[in-house]
Amino acid sequence: MHIRHILAALRHHRIAALLITLEIAFSCAVICNALFVISTRLERMHRPTGADETHLVEVRVGHVARRSAEATLAQTHTDLAALRRISGVSHVTLVNQTLFGSSISFSSVSLSSDSNAPSTAVTQYMADVNLIDTLGLKVVAGRGFRPDDQVTDASLNDKNPPQMPVIISQALAKHLFPGQSAVGKTLYAFGPNRIVGVVKRLVQPRDFGAPGEYEYAMVFPVDTPYPQGTYLLRVRDPAQRQQVIKQALSVLKKDGPLRLVSPKYARTTEAARAKYYSADRAMAWLLAGVCVLLLGVTALGIVGLTSFWVTQRRHQIGIRRAIGATRRDILTYFQTENFLIASAGIVLGMALAYGINLLLMQRYELPRLPFYYFPVGALVLWVLGQLSVLGAALRATHVPPVVATRAA
Amino acid sequence: MLSYYLQLAWRSLRRYKTLTVLMVLAIAVGIGTSMTTLTVLHVLSGDPIPAKSGKLFRVRINTFPDDRFQPTDKTPDNLTRRDATALLGDARGDHQAVMSAGSGVLITPQGEPMRAQARYTTADFFPMFNVPMRYGRAWNGQADTAHARVAVISSQLNDLLFGDQSGVGKTLQFGDASLRIVGVLGSWDMNPRFYDLSNGEYGDSEQVFVPLSTALDLHLGTSGTMNCWGNAKDAHDLDAPCIWLQYWVELDSPAKVAAYQRYLHNYMALQQQAGRFRHPAQVRLQNVMQWLDYKGVVPADVRMQVWLAFGFLMICLLNTVGLLLAKFLRRGGEIGVRRALGASRRDVFMQYLIESLVIGMVGGLLGLVLAYAGVALVRQQPTEYAAFVHMDLGILLMTLLLALVASLVAGLLPAWRAMQIQPARALKAY
Repeated sequence: MHIRHILAALRHHRIAALLITLEIAFSCAVICNALFVISTRLERMHRPTGADETHLVEVRVGHVARRSAEATLAQTHTDLAALRRISGVSHVTLVNQTLFGSSISFSSVSLSSDSNAPSTAVTQYMADVNLIDTLGLKVVAGRGFRPDDQVTDASLNDKNPPQMPVIISQALAKHLFPGQSAVGKTLYAFGPNRIVGVVKRLVQPRDFGAPGEYEYAMVFPVDTPYPQGTYLLRVRDPAQRQQVIKQALSVLKKDGPLRLVSPKYARTTEAARAKYYSADRAMAWLLAGVCVLLLGVTALGIVGLTSFWVTQRRHQIGIRRAIGATRRDILTYFQTENFLIASAGIVLGMALAYGINLLLMQRYELPRLPFYYFPVGALVLWVLGQLSVLGAALRATHVPPVVATRAA
Repeated sequence: MLSYYLQLAWRSLRRYKTLTVLMVLAIAVGIGTSMTTLTVLHVLSGDPIPAKSGKLFRVRINTFPDDRFQPTDKTPDNLTRRDATALLGDARGDHQAVMSAGSGVLITPQGEPMRAQARYTTADFFPMFNVPMRYGRAWNGQADTAHARVAVISSQLNDLLFGDQSGVGKTLQFGDASLRIVGVLGSWDMNPRFYDLSNGEYGDSEQVFVPLSTALDLHLGTSGTMNCWGNAKDAHDLDAPCIWLQYWVELDSPAKVAAYQRYLHNYMALQQQAGRFRHPAQVRLQNVMQWLDYKGVVPADVRMQVWLAFGFLMICLLNTVGLLLAKFLRRGGEIGVRRALGASRRDVFMQYLIESLVIGMVGGLLGLVLAYAGVALVRQQPTEYAAFVHMDLGILLMTLLLALVASLVAGLLPAWRAMQIQPARALKAY
């Protein structure tokens, strides 16, 4: 094609061409980065917890008047038994912290009893021995807890606290014992704790500390009184979750002293996940919306300017047609022109996208923009440009050659 | 002349309806998104207590033992009970208060238990944070030392428990504790809740206020960050190695701030001499706005959205410049006729600039409507701060100003080019 001629013609519309190039460049830069942020958010929102979330519901109960530790623990056992009897419930436990819950408890874990040894802050789930089965965690090495592993919450404050076994997540096992089996080894959190099992995956209730530490978690078999925990129920059929919540509330209300039992403190783990990630979801939608608007505005700009150029060049088009150019030639002319402008914009846009990404990396701890976003962004804008120019270009092909004979 | 230009602008806008609508829409969408994000930023970075924010200081010192101390670590937000008690006893500020968040269960008149948020603090809290009283009054320093069984409750809780009567003098059953109500708060909404950001940055103020000494006596439930080292039987004990209490001080002049800084350094030096630690003293004294900035109360997402929106506005403006340019140059003949009939370049420039301004103002007004819609949308979001986002007069005026500036900027180049048109050439081509 006569690229030289197109460039020569564009020289007469330097400013307009420059404006469109800039608009495409900025759109390209913003869209590349917005799509990247969207993808990082989506990735974050879909991180697995290791638990079988679709089968879980949680109910928190508060006490009104304080009672003795023994009475509270006895009430907890009564509650657990009653909850287990609800039809459709397969496992029940009471845990100190729930996935996506607001509270999170930590201990520093080291590999020696020396208090100056290097340590890692690791979140601890304390629950009776049913937690592993209730959450549906996969034990990949060693074993789950046995009923005789369990200690009471009160005994942890004794002068000589009992030695508890611990089950840890695979990520923590790899961190503490790289290249070795963790089972049978000892870590120091609540005194020495022997590792009896490793689960494939278990994460912090909510993000805390360095991103890599999200997958560090440990489970202790502790019989905890209900005011310090949340009842966690595993249902057989996810469709029954709301039903089970209703029944659990009524069972807890009926059984025991006046307590704080309310639908406000009961939810499915799936709802907890949705709430936890709501800000990420909102941001992803917002960015997607801006991308669509941006593409729309850019398209409008191209449409407006090309139709102006077509009107302005009616006479030239007529002359070209009169001296032998086909309709196809005219169409290709405008398409090539747009392709050139878009390409210039895209090249500039790539550089800008890279710059914006550097800024985001500094300010928002975003990772580096993967290479494949550049061709994707380029393709989107090329296609957009071609589609936007099509209407005006087709109109141009209908300029009759006879226009050339009329006065300009 | 102005009215004539306005008339011309109106006629020209009507003549090219599609183009006009496109330009107005582009400006409106750009302005609408920018102002929505700016409104959120403006609300979130606002001053919760403008009358006093420069005089209220959060006190932070690092009293970790040496094996817990890293010079690169941030100074912890909270104090141990021992340090808080010592600073409070010295009372070197104009006002000072120690506090912790907590919660407990109340029984409503209907017999339903409900959880109420509480703040355990000392007497100065109320004058220091300008807390208004609807009924009765707050407790005083004597009540603190006497561990008095008293409470101040919120207006909302008063109405829930006692209807429209004053609850002052009545008994509040808060968990296991029976407390005599001495005061009922007036309307007091601090958002963000700068005095304690660890239990949600936005939200209603607490419903129950109890003297800290009383709350500790009665073992009322606390909440918030509890950071302990070593073994503690009860983390709330006076000598427990746990940091969990928030400390605020009011200092009314720069001289007092400097004096307080010196006092804190002295305090730390005394602790070093007493052998608690050997690491260098870390002392931080931040006023309300510094504290909010340090805690990053404005979410990073919101800042990113503002950048994004202004990038978007810029693209919309580039678009408008291009379209205006096309439109004005298309009317080369008309410009030529006007110039030939005696209009000066300045006249042509003014005429086209005013046409851009008209587009900008219409776009701005529409953008204002879109910004209102945007704010309504933000309020629907499940974020903590959603309910507090609102438009105010400042933002409204700023929207119109932004529209004016944006359309001026967008109109300058096209009007300049229009003015350059040679009447002779334009007329010949006509």
